[in-house]
Amino acid sequence: MSSNATAWPSSSDVNEAAASTSRPLRQTLRIAAFILCAGAVVSLPFLVTDYVLSAILVPVLALALAGTGQNLVTGYAGQLSVGSAAFMSVGAFATYDAHLHVPGIPLLAAFVCGGLAAALTGVFFGLPSLRIRGFYLVVSTLAAQFFVEWLFTKVGWFSDYSPSGVITAPPLAVAGFDLSSPGGHYWLSLLVVAPLVALGRNLVRGRVGRAWMAVRDMETAAAVVGVRTGRAKLLAFGVGSFYCGIAGALWAFAYLGTVESHGLDLDRSFQVLFIVILGGLGSVAGPFIGAAFVILLPILLDQVGSAIVGGSVDPGLLQNVEKIVFGALVILLLIKQPAGMARLFYIASIRIGRWRARPA
Amino acid sequence: MAFLLEVLIGGLLAGIMYTMVALGFVLIYKASGVFNFAQGAMVLFAALTFVTLSEHGLAFPWALAASVAVMLALGVTIERVVLRPLVNAAPMALFLATLGLAFVLEGFAQLIYGTQVHGLELGISDAPIRSLPIEVSKLDLFAAGVAAALVAALGVLFQTTRAGVGLRAVADDPVAAVAVGLDLQRLWAIAWGGAGVVALVAGLLWGARVGVQFSLSLVVLKALPVLIIGGFSSIGGVIAGGLIVGASEKLAEVYVGSHVGGGIETWFPYVLAVGFLIARPTGLFGERLVERV
Repeated sequence: MSSNATAWPSSSDVNEAAASTSRPLRQTLRIAAFILCAGAVVSLPFLVTDYVLSAILVPVLALALAGTGQNLVTGYAGQLSVGSAAFMSVGAFATYDAHLHVPGIPLLAAFVCGGLAAALTGVFFGLPSLRIRGFYLVVSTLAAQFFVEWLFTKVGWFSDYSPSGVITAPPLAVAGFDLSSPGGHYWLSLLVVAPLVALGRNLVRGRVGRAWMAVRDMETAAAVVGVRTGRAKLLAFGVGSFYCGIAGALWAFAYLGTVESHGLDLDRSFQVLFIVILGGLGSVAGPFIGAAFVILLPILLDQVGSAIVGGSVDPGLLQNVEKIVFGALVILLLIKQPAGMARLFYIASIRIGRWRARPA
Repeated sequence: MAFLLEVLIGGLLAGIMYTMVALGFVLIYKASGVFNFAQGAMVLFAALTFVTLSEHGLAFPWALAASVAVMLALGVTIERVVLRPLVNAAPMALFLATLGLAFVLEGFAQLIYGTQVHGLELGISDAPIRSLPIEVSKLDLFAAGVAAALVAALGVLFQTTRAGVGLRAVADDPVAAVAVGLDLQRLWAIAWGGAGVVALVAGLLWGARVGVQFSLSLVVLKALPVLIIGGFSSIGGVIAGGLIVGASEKLAEVYVGSHVGGGIETWFPYVLAVGFLIARPTGLFGERLVERV
């Protein structure tokens, strides 16, 4: 999912770097590279261990999708939301309830139900954006966050009256294929995430995306030149929350195997927000880089810590170190590279390209 | 009726506590136009510093003086390391930077001082005063007094002192302020140092009530609706906002929450704030903004 979803394609720098190759050949090379990458991504379950699949790749895909949703709202439309986890929660519960109450509903259709429920919730809590601007909107998304958590804890119907409020996801299968193995969970995630991200990429490059960016860059000016700002903002909330809802369903069904509202709390919302800031606001590859970072850093810190101490490290200590590292990185990136790690990777790739294109 | 009054008074007193946290926000917002999400983490950091110093045997005045010094140093450091490189950045970038700062401060506070709950004894009783018909403790009255004093002090600072006028100018337009010769960096350091001291006061009062623990940094979230209802740039508004939030959330919990399973305190203030925003986008006492393109 990395190299075929570059955020800044067909730039003059890239062309310059590959100037020695002829155009049709370059086109063929690009398609070949895409097929190779796609093949590698699809065949990953045969190459890596079950641990890597279920503890790293599946959560990275789910969080990257949530990050993509957050990115549409915050990175493209410029509306600050700290309620992504609430929309994920709505998506997870709605998927579960659709699966439970509609007999014979296909799994993917239940996912779509979850996404639509999350989209409606997102539009509802995005309504105040018609009146208010900027970080005032934080309060509306905070209301979503706390209200949704409260609702799913207090109203037993949503969790099928489970006494603990925690519900177990059913075994996964799509069109008769059993996907209950770790590899199956990964394929399901891929099957859901890849088309949605491709769709999002097209969306932000079209009329809708331009309207969002106009609203982000200067709302009053956007309205003056004829962008229907209210509609653009609500659409961003709807589409972004749809993505978050599907991501929540994946998080619950493919990663955890349980649906629980307390696992999708404010901290998770901040995590999704950090994914987008670290990866790169307003870039397609950014959420993937950010999500991989967010999942891998704790594992890495744990390894480094136990190597230094020579035993297992106190998890509380690790958690605090993690917080400091994330916070400091956010500040550092905002100061040094506001476009995030996606931009850093892009700059690095150009440098490598230039170096390669130099006459020997 | 007596019960209603009791709930109302309890709520108003809780509101004063929210006001204390919110004041730190207003100080920074008025001075730099930054919405400082790290204010709650600063409250936690300040309270933990004070408690740890006290537990190591420092007498109250010395511990207080040392904590003030630490918070001032922290404020100056934040200005130097986080804000100065972000001069002219978009408001959203500044907000996100303070969110990162909150994580750093929370991590450091718990790394240095540990995660256990500390008791904090200010020597002021939190037991209800017997002679009064309603439940009010000495600590409540003391907190109200301190809040009033802080508000008065900040009002004087912003309205009459040279630094205060400078701070308002900076908040209004940093570029113009620098152009007429104001020392932006010194003013921001003053604002953040001041916010650190306000955080210390809030941390001590909250700590005396609920113990010094991680949940102190979550108070920041309740301060947000207070600010929105009162208006970000109004010191008087923060008091009104705090009282409205405190009283209404307690009343809602008792009279509405009991019908829907309770616990609506967690989200009620935010919904209320959204309602206020829709009716009055600049808050009760906020300044009306004119946008130029």
